[in-house]
Amino acid sequence: MLTTPSFEYLLLSPMLIILAAAVIGVLAEAFLDRNHLPVIQLFISVGAILLALIQIYRIKSSSSTSAAIGSVVIDKATIYLQGTILIIGLLALLLISDQEQFVAQASAIPGSREEQESTSKGSIQTEIYPLLSFALAGMMLFTCASDLITLFVALEVFSLPLYLLAGLSRRRRLLSQEAALKYFLLGAYSSAFFLFGAAFLYGISGSVYLVDISSAVSGGYGNDVFVLIGLIFISVGLLFKISAVPFHAWTPDVYQGAPTSVTAFMAAATKVAAFGAILRIFYVVFSPIANQWRPIISVIAIITMVFGSAVAIAQRDVKRMLAYSSIAHAGFILTAVLALNKSGLSAALFYLTTYGLSTLAAFGIITLIRDATGEVTDLNKWAGLGKKSPLIAGSFAFLLLSFAGIPLTSGFIGKFAIFSAAYETGNIAVVVFGVLSSALAAFFYIRVILLMFVAQSQNDSISIAIPSVKSRIAIGATTAATVILGLFPSLLLNITQSFSIFIK
Amino acid sequence: MNPYVPILAIGAIGFGFAVFSVAIAFITGPKRYNRAKADAYECGIEPSPSAAGGGRFPVKYFLTAMLFIVFDIEIVFLYPWAVTFDQLGLFGLVEMILFIATVFVAYTYVWRRGGLEWD
Repeated sequence: MLTTPSFEYLLLSPMLIILAAAVIGVLAEAFLDRNHLPVIQLFISVGAILLALIQIYRIKSSSSTSAAIGSVVIDKATIYLQGTILIIGLLALLLISDQEQFVAQASAIPGSREEQESTSKGSIQTEIYPLLSFALAGMMLFTCASDLITLFVALEVFSLPLYLLAGLSRRRRLLSQEAALKYFLLGAYSSAFFLFGAAFLYGISGSVYLVDISSAVSGGYGNDVFVLIGLIFISVGLLFKISAVPFHAWTPDVYQGAPTSVTAFMAAATKVAAFGAILRIFYVVFSPIANQWRPIISVIAIITMVFGSAVAIAQRDVKRMLAYSSIAHAGFILTAVLALNKSGLSAALFYLTTYGLSTLAAFGIITLIRDATGEVTDLNKWAGLGKKSPLIAGSFAFLLLSFAGIPLTSGFIGKFAIFSAAYETGNIAVVVFGVLSSALAAFFYIRVILLMFVAQSQNDSISIAIPSVKSRIAIGATTAATVILGLFPSLLLNITQSFSIFIK
Repeated sequence: MNPYVPILAIGAIGFGFAVFSVAIAFITGPKRYNRAKADAYECGIEPSPSAAGGGRFPVKYFLTAMLFIVFDIEIVFLYPWAVTFDQLGLFGLVEMILFIATVFVAYTYVWRRGGLEWD
């Protein structure tokens, strides 16, 4: 006899609201007048995110393992991560709604007459709003999924819209389409690894629920080779999403090819979601056999930090440089996963939030630096930007300093918290490499700052676009957050400390 | 009886059927060789050197295949629901209506945006 499953709809409501908004968005695409769609879609998406944030606030002290028959765990960390994803989504949405970066008609051949016609007609693909909502909902589910099937479905729900969004850049269409294809093929490949690992874990524990796998791991199967195979393969799938070396190869190409506002969303929100799942899996399921995987993840963290920082030096393109910087940052956050204690979790949550906001701001600023053919991402052309617009160049310089982890920025506090958490657990080698690669990274960040302020301008073709009100809000808010959280980190540190709890 | 015996039997029958079909076609079938035999598929669109109309394949085939998947997935869930309908009761009915409504959103989108127009 089957019993009717019960759901705690209040706890699931933030995700349900975003999913409903996505479905309503698709319906709006089908039935409403195309002239009014951009406004309507923006309204639906923003409204849903605000509603979901209100719901997050209402359930902020709840916790439950049975919100959706054991497939979803709502705990403090989940609520924090979902809130972060929603805020990043809201700010990214403001950047994305400046649709000028997006292709007029995605199906037209690049450079064809059909494309020119649709561009001059001013048509736009408003499907980006429902796609973004689907991605957001998938990310939120990814942070709270507590069985392997839900985890996989969430992974696909947030990945598929991102593959599509990456291919919608208006300028440099071929580069953008190449990015989308690469991202899709490699993403599908990594999903297969994830499923392979999930099959092994199911095989050993006889259950897809993380709680059962966890008790199988701690109850005698811990050294079983199948557990380790499952652990390794699942990790490959997850490490791909956070672009840890050696699973990083897609990152520079996709970050460069995608429309910059989509890159901003991808870089910030995907990291939060994927690290949410990684933290949960390693903290909840695999912590009893930490001795088995710690050496592997330590090596991955070290090569990710060093490789990301070293290769960024050679980049001549701002977006590629930030892509390698995001690889290095993934290594820093992995250090917090290794710590396996409450301060590590709290540090990771803090780092994810501040890094996400700074990244949004940095990519937001890149959208403003333009010449006749669109955005200028060639670093050489950025020379002398400080004279043209001290405010924009100054903000960008400040964000770079935050990425580098210079004191008085939020990046410094995040790095400090992560390295001290890792030091507590005696992971000295990782901390040493972390600090060294931070110093290495500071070199290329400061080189860009010197380029903007000291170097002589080669040409006068670049200009600073006047940002729209929406972009101004997004860039302003995220830059301000980087400043404020650098000066008064306890504002957020207190929150992350009280929200760094995983339950099984 | 050992539960693996029927599985082995099914495997053996399947293998035997495949071998039998290939063998009987090989023995009795006529053998006429022509260029089409060397293609990856003996029917459908010429895959190389380039498709008709400037190297693009019509998206119509792809859309039809995608729509098939939409309804395919629907039936995957409808069938178990039908079997347990009396046990799940009203809850199952409401959930299924919601599920089918969501599936039809995808269908409506394709229909309204012209995905079903063949020409």
